[in-house]
Amino acid sequence: MALKNLPIRRKLTAIILGTSGVVLLLTCASFFAYEFLTFRQTTVRQLSTLAEVVADNSTAALAFENHNDAKEILNSLKAEKHIVSAALYDREGKLFSQYPADGPAYAFPSAPEKDGFRFGHAHLAGFQPVVQGVNKRLGTLYLNSDMGAVYERFRLYGAIAALVMAVSFLVAYVLSRALQKQISHPILSLAETARAIAERRDYSVRAAKTGEDELGLLTDAFNQMLTEIQKLNQDLERRVHERTAQLEEANKEMEAFSYSVSHDLRAPLRHVQGYVELLGKHAGDTLNDKCRRYLKIASESVTQMGDLIDDLLNFARMGRVEMRQSSVDLEKLVQETVAGLQSEMNGRKVVWKHGPLPQVQGDPALLKQVFVNLLSNAVKYTRGRDPAQIETGVASESNGELVMFVRDNGAGFDMQYADKLFGVFQRLHGAEEFEGTGVGLANARRIISRHGGRIWAEAAVNSGATFYFTLTRSQKG
Amino acid sequence: MAEIKRILLAEDSKKDVELALEALEEHHLANAVIVVHDGAEALDYLYRRGKFAGNTDTRPVLVLLDLKMPKVDGMEVLRQIKADPDLKRIPVVMMTSSREERDLVCSYDLGVNAYVVKPVKFVDFVESVKQLGVFWALINEPPPASDIKHL
Repeated sequence: MALKNLPIRRKLTAIILGTSGVVLLLTCASFFAYEFLTFRQTTVRQLSTLAEVVADNSTAALAFENHNDAKEILNSLKAEKHIVSAALYDREGKLFSQYPADGPAYAFPSAPEKDGFRFGHAHLAGFQPVVQGVNKRLGTLYLNSDMGAVYERFRLYGAIAALVMAVSFLVAYVLSRALQKQISHPILSLAETARAIAERRDYSVRAAKTGEDELGLLTDAFNQMLTEIQKLNQDLERRVHERTAQLEEANKEMEAFSYSVSHDLRAPLRHVQGYVELLGKHAGDTLNDKCRRYLKIASESVTQMGDLIDDLLNFARMGRVEMRQSSVDLEKLVQETVAGLQSEMNGRKVVWKHGPLPQVQGDPALLKQVFVNLLSNAVKYTRGRDPAQIETGVASESNGELVMFVRDNGAGFDMQYADKLFGVFQRLHGAEEFEGTGVGLANARRIISRHGGRIWAEAAVNSGATFYFTLTRSQKG
Repeated sequence: MAEIKRILLAEDSKKDVELALEALEEHHLANAVIVVHDGAEALDYLYRRGKFAGNTDTRPVLVLLDLKMPKVDGMEVLRQIKADPDLKRIPVVMMTSSREERDLVCSYDLGVNAYVVKPVKFVDFVESVKQLGVFWALINEPPPASDIKHL
């Protein structure tokens, strides 16, 4: 796993251990390098000191060409276990004596070389002049030492270094485990709080503050934001409650209003109507035609007023009635609606053209009302056309939004008044020309907008009108 | 002479009363109508108390109740009639100006015998009242009189 995806606790431990490891390694390496260099020098110095001592002891043996003495002196090197071989050469450079005595000839250089000690391959070897007095050269001493001492030392150091590293690592690990909590604990507690809030949406929890450092600052800011959110939430809730209460109140008032309208406005109407008719009945014979006409008009107006009140109440109800959602077969709905309109057609010739219609999502009773309003309008405004043509179908569909249309070849209307078309009690034709209260299309718009759709119309005077509205295709359809 | 089959008409609007009586008159039923102007009076009449204390009229064969009345409304009168074991058999017809669904449901829940929306058109109104009077006072057989008399 990449470091950045590790939990912060392990990340901190890893960083601390990594850092201490690198520091330890570097320290050990430089210590090693230093030791290596000094130990080499020390070894060379020791060997040359030894060589000086042996050379001094050998002067007599060389001067008197005493082989036995020379052999003895060289044999004394046995005490130095790292000395692999040694040899004495006389003044002419001829091998005079050797150690060990039975060593193979190739172990000794055939002639002395340049004075001084040099590191060779796994060996430290060199030549020491055997001098008598100030500078009377009697011969040369050859000493060859293996690197055993160096290696031994290195092995020891290596073991010590490994031990130190292991102990340091362990201590670093234990310390880091304990110390990383200082940093990780507040962060983890903050993260835990954030997660709890995200899961439970409970904004009343607060993160615990552990210190005054940057994390403490972060915790403070976090808690402050929570307080803010909580306050905003409460504010919002309170406002929603208030608004809901206001709406409920308004709705209640509206209901009381329409209840009162339906009762109280109708009673006087009934009375006017009743007395007008009683007057006609009791005085009808004595009235002239003009007066009878007045009574008739009064009576008709009252009837119209009754229709208006009914339509208005119906319109108000449309906005409040609860929607019952289901899948609605529009094709069936249109068939039923057309069947129900037969009485309004008075034997007129109407050519119906129904395109295929889908199943949509909605309230069947309310959608039926839309078709009743649109199709009865079409029937009404095609009066005088022979034949009247009324067409229904789907105009287009995009993103599940269906555009339906109802088209007629009737009276149409002037597009500059199109925006008035769907207003309550708005009419674009005189009552004498086409009867109606101007509520039907307002109702249709209200129903369609409650279904989340739009309704609009396109028309031209005397060239028919097309009404479009959008609905959502049913999941099943 | 056969016992008069009385109709109790509870209606606060004098005009509605006049129009109703006019309609009932066509079948000579008007003289059997007792008119009260609010729900309290209607209950007083049925329980023979208040200004109807000592009244010895037989119980009405029909109660015509307007829904909206001062003091005690039609719905409350209906509730009390139908809750009273002595009165509950008297047919009650609710008459109202509008067809509010909750009123309809409530009335039928309480046991109303009929619910009539007063038509705006006078001809229709007359026709409705007439038919109501004819049906309940002439055609319908009321609950046994003994049942009603000795309460």
